[in-house]
Amino acid sequence: MEATHALASGTSSLLVWLIALPALGATILLLAGRRSDKWGHLLATALSGASFVVGLVELFQMLGRDGESRGVTQHLFTWINAGSFNVEAGLLLDQLSICFVLLITGVGTLIHIYSIAYMEHDHDRRRFFSYLNLFIAAMLLLVLGDSFLNLYVGWEGVGLASYLLIGFWNQKPAYATAAKKAFVVNRIGDMGLSFAIMIAFTAFGTVSFQGVANHAGPEHKQIMTWMGLALLLAAAGKSAQFPLQSWLGDAMAGPTPVSALIHAATMVTAGVYLITRSNFVFDSAPTAQLMVVIVGVVTLLFGALIGTAKDDIKKALAASTMSQIGYMVLAAGLGPAGYAFAIMHLLTHGFFKASMFLGAGSVMHGMNDEVDMRKFGRLRVAMPITYLTFGLGYLAIIGVPPFSGFFSKDKIIEAAFNAGGPRGWIIGFAALLGAAITAFYMTRVMVMTFFGQKRWADDAHPHESPKLMTAPIIILSIGSIAAGALFAFGSSLQHWLEPVVARGFVEGEPALQPIVVSIMALVAVALGIALAYVKYVRVPVEAVAPTNVSIWTRFARRDLLQDAFNEAVFMRPGQYLTRALTFFDRKVVDGAVNGTGALFGGLSVRVRRVQTGFVRTYALLILVGAALILAAMLAARI
Amino acid sequence: MSPNNYLVLSALLFSIGAIGVVLRRNAIVVFMCVELMLNAANLAFVTFARLLGNLDGQVVAFFTMVVAACEVVVGLAIIVTIFRSRRSASVDDANLLKY
Repeated sequence: MEATHALASGTSSLLVWLIALPALGATILLLAGRRSDKWGHLLATALSGASFVVGLVELFQMLGRDGESRGVTQHLFTWINAGSFNVEAGLLLDQLSICFVLLITGVGTLIHIYSIAYMEHDHDRRRFFSYLNLFIAAMLLLVLGDSFLNLYVGWEGVGLASYLLIGFWNQKPAYATAAKKAFVVNRIGDMGLSFAIMIAFTAFGTVSFQGVANHAGPEHKQIMTWMGLALLLAAAGKSAQFPLQSWLGDAMAGPTPVSALIHAATMVTAGVYLITRSNFVFDSAPTAQLMVVIVGVVTLLFGALIGTAKDDIKKALAASTMSQIGYMVLAAGLGPAGYAFAIMHLLTHGFFKASMFLGAGSVMHGMNDEVDMRKFGRLRVAMPITYLTFGLGYLAIIGVPPFSGFFSKDKIIEAAFNAGGPRGWIIGFAALLGAAITAFYMTRVMVMTFFGQKRWADDAHPHESPKLMTAPIIILSIGSIAAGALFAFGSSLQHWLEPVVARGFVEGEPALQPIVVSIMALVAVALGIALAYVKYVRVPVEAVAPTNVSIWTRFARRDLLQDAFNEAVFMRPGQYLTRALTFFDRKVVDGAVNGTGALFGGLSVRVRRVQTGFVRTYALLILVGAALILAAMLAARI
Repeated sequence: MSPNNYLVLSALLFSIGAIGVVLRRNAIVVFMCVELMLNAANLAFVTFARLLGNLDGQVVAFFTMVVAACEVVVGLAIIVTIFRSRRSASVDDANLLKY
């Protein structure tokens, strides 16, 4: 690997506008307050769209240059200049960032448009849009920062925006708690990122990507391993990977467009971006890479298993996001062979997951905000457009050719098998198993929502959503049909990203022929669908969740006990610790301070009895005192 | 010259004064006992001045007299005032200033 390769060669003065436009929108809407209620959502959507246009301009300029000189930078100002520590606030746009920029602004703008209709009856719609814009701006800063510290600013901004949006309906205490949970779990990940920054600064004296990349190589293996593990912790927090995945399900408390935004365009993709961006760190640290793979495999199975038992349509989709991000992390852990596929799956996932979440929102919109799939059924009649687009997303996520998920997921499974040795076989089959379970639970979602018997509540009158909501979904589902083939055709995305993530990488001999992997994946998918068919089509779905279920189903319904585990292992001991510390503080620290006071108080109560008011007593005391002093002086003489 | 006699007399006068201050209740008598103690001290000062052959002790004795005179003025005024309000010159009756 050529570590000294420059990340960027040219400059561009447009980059700052990518971030500035949505940031401006958020600022205006928050400062203008209720005065902007009438036009706030339009402004926010327009600015997000404008940012997308700037992104397109950058893309076309980039296409005009040749492969090695496509990256551009923009220097903004000197942020920190303290002795030998110097941080420039700069932006970097290369082949990797542009993918994210277009995904964030493109899908983000569609979600803005959708939200105009979805949030129409919410009296706080303007505030919602200002947060959406803030989210987009923070995420753009995250993917455009040219150093770990600049990335960190966006990283924290994303955490803040997600907190505000998940807890948007914070008048319900449960939702406010969900937002807090997401924030706290994310903070644990943030600590990982700050550790990584500190390690980079201590070891190399620089925090810029270029600076750290210049030190990459086997001679810094140990430092890179520690840094890689810290980065993995950060990625696990933001991308809801094992063991920091517990916030994702609760984050469904936010309005549905927020879920779409978090799951498709922003937030959870940040971890995958971080790992891919730090490819020079992981390529020099095989141990950290192995950990990334393990985290990815565990999460993709974990998420898939949770997905099989959820009756809440949004939570089922959330579990599937967890699982799909697990695929991406797995691919990113495979090194140069996998980075491009991680990004490819991320992009295709962005399309189909956004379309499915917006579809779920459309279903909820028509069903009085009902989320329990056992209360749905046969909605394909009432909502044909939502049904069709959701169905396309469904075919894409389970990986049916020629839909986009097939190409990206297939590539990841293939790369997993090619990882070499027994490791390759283990992760390859785990990925296959994940694909089968994905097919099972997504078929379950599809069947329970759109097929079978009507199990609607009495006052439910499902109807198709307005055009403002269906149009973005239709555009997104075109993406979920075509994106995969577009990226995979002639390995175009792979070649596009090669200068950034896989310089000088030569593919080895594959362990399995691609066609064999594809057939195995399709068989796995078919098995999953067949099982779901037997369980949910042949047997009618009950309107109330059955209670006499196996212990495994109960586990999965409780998110495989992740919350119970966190509570037992972290929360309770933490509580006991704080209780013990308060006890110590109250009894020992306060005790010492108050005890001293009480001692002197009590002493003075007794001593003041000497003040009798009798002059002769005082005189006697003076006499005795003088006599004693004299005696002491005499004694000292002798 | 032997100072012993003078010093013994000074000590005796001082002791009589001290015992009087502690034992007597009448404020006027207590006052006179204080004067006695002051003058006992004066006698000791003068004795040592004479013994050592310099004037320091004598000067201090004069100072003591001046202070004693001032003290008598203030002290008697207080005693008279207390007597007017309480109809008693006993120091044990004036015991309000206490804990």
